[in-house]
Amino acid sequence: MSCTVSMTVNGKTVSREVEERTLLVAFLREHLGLTGTHVGCDTSQCGACVVHVDGRSVKSCTTLAVQANGTEVTTIEGLAAADGTLHPMQAAFREHHGLQCGFCTPGMVMSAVDLVRDNPNPTEAEIREGLEGNICRCTGYHNIVKAVKAGAEAMSGAQPAPVAAE
Amino acid sequence: MYAFTYQRPTTLADAAAAIQAEDAKLLGGGQTLLPTLKQRFARPTDLIDLGAIPELKGIREADGGLEIGAFTRHAEVAHSDLVKRVIPSLASLAEGIGDRQVRNMGTMGGSIANADPSADYPSAVVALKATVTTDRRTITGDDFFTGMFETALEPGEIVKSVRFSRPDKAAYAKFRNPASRYAIVGVFVARFGAEVRVAVTGAAGSVFRAEAFETALAADFRAEALNGLSVEADGLNADIHASADYRAHLVTVMAKRAVEAAG
Repeated sequence: MSCTVSMTVNGKTVSREVEERTLLVAFLREHLGLTGTHVGCDTSQCGACVVHVDGRSVKSCTTLAVQANGTEVTTIEGLAAADGTLHPMQAAFREHHGLQCGFCTPGMVMSAVDLVRDNPNPTEAEIREGLEGNICRCTGYHNIVKAVKAGAEAMSGAQPAPVAAE
Repeated sequence: MYAFTYQRPTTLADAAAAIQAEDAKLLGGGQTLLPTLKQRFARPTDLIDLGAIPELKGIREADGGLEIGAFTRHAEVAHSDLVKRVIPSLASLAEGIGDRQVRNMGTMGGSIANADPSADYPSAVVALKATVTTDRRTITGDDFFTGMFETALEPGEIVKSVRFSRPDKAAYAKFRNPASRYAIVGVFVARFGAEVRVAVTGAAGSVFRAEAFETALAADFRAEALNGLSVEADGLNADIHASADYRAHLVTVMAKRAVEAAG
């Protein structure tokens, strides 16, 4: 049993014939080749698969592609500008060493961008609370929290504070 | 996941017709159903997505309280200015469900129809004297939850909305599982004039009212009024996270915290 699924992914309209049971993450990775969105736990706990559907962060391993039919999806590949300039949140993760192995990073960044849209100036506690759906096994979260704080400031246009080695 | 046929009706009548198919299942936000399907614990022939039915959406004031459509996502309840104004304790409960991404997908109707013993919403439905409206009838919150993952809903019956009464004071306190954020024990305390309701989730197979707590708080709405009171540990849930005795202990602690938060 298959059906046609159409959506806008990172600004481009796409349409594919897929099985109805296809997960959104499989649609993105296997049908569109957008492998920046990762599959970690596959049980909706780790957040490596977070993407935006109509501006809301969701776990694409726990969403059917057909549920996203007709929506606008943004993945990590869609955050940077066309000329390659990183999104302020991506730049902040790099600047503040908010990653080690990098596996959780796409989901972390997508969750962080969604968090900051709701709360442009989050406290450390609000950042930790806002990232509850994302698991990182390398960093101990410390630099991720710093990166999100700096990314939030950059997104609101503030000058980022100078950073010493962390 | 086994294969199924996906349907996305745009009217409640079409959804009600579609769910009559043998082994069809209703799909809310899918945050419980999709993991269940991925583990092949269920094999529905049809998934009926309720996400395109306008009648199931929206939050409005009704009879001084709130009427919330079944397909209202947890994040919508948590962020609604109307909910924050009329029943702030309900917004705060919604903000504590799962994580941010689960709240962006999960729906109120899906949560109560699933009736997970450790879900948060059942405590609000019972404590806030809610009534559940379906495509067939109205069910009081007290009658809605009948057991572990069991409700008064008949096969194919669709939850349309939930109507909550506005309390004078209320708060929800939960001791959560640090991984899943589900309630190991959650207690919703609500005061309506001289009446107090104390609804407990997570502790037993289904939400229940702690009547001795209600009587004590009706006489004296302070946390100290619960000193020396506890629920019977016999029959409470016990798992790797908490023994039945510990859950019984937590019921009193969470009830006190809720009373203090209600002010």
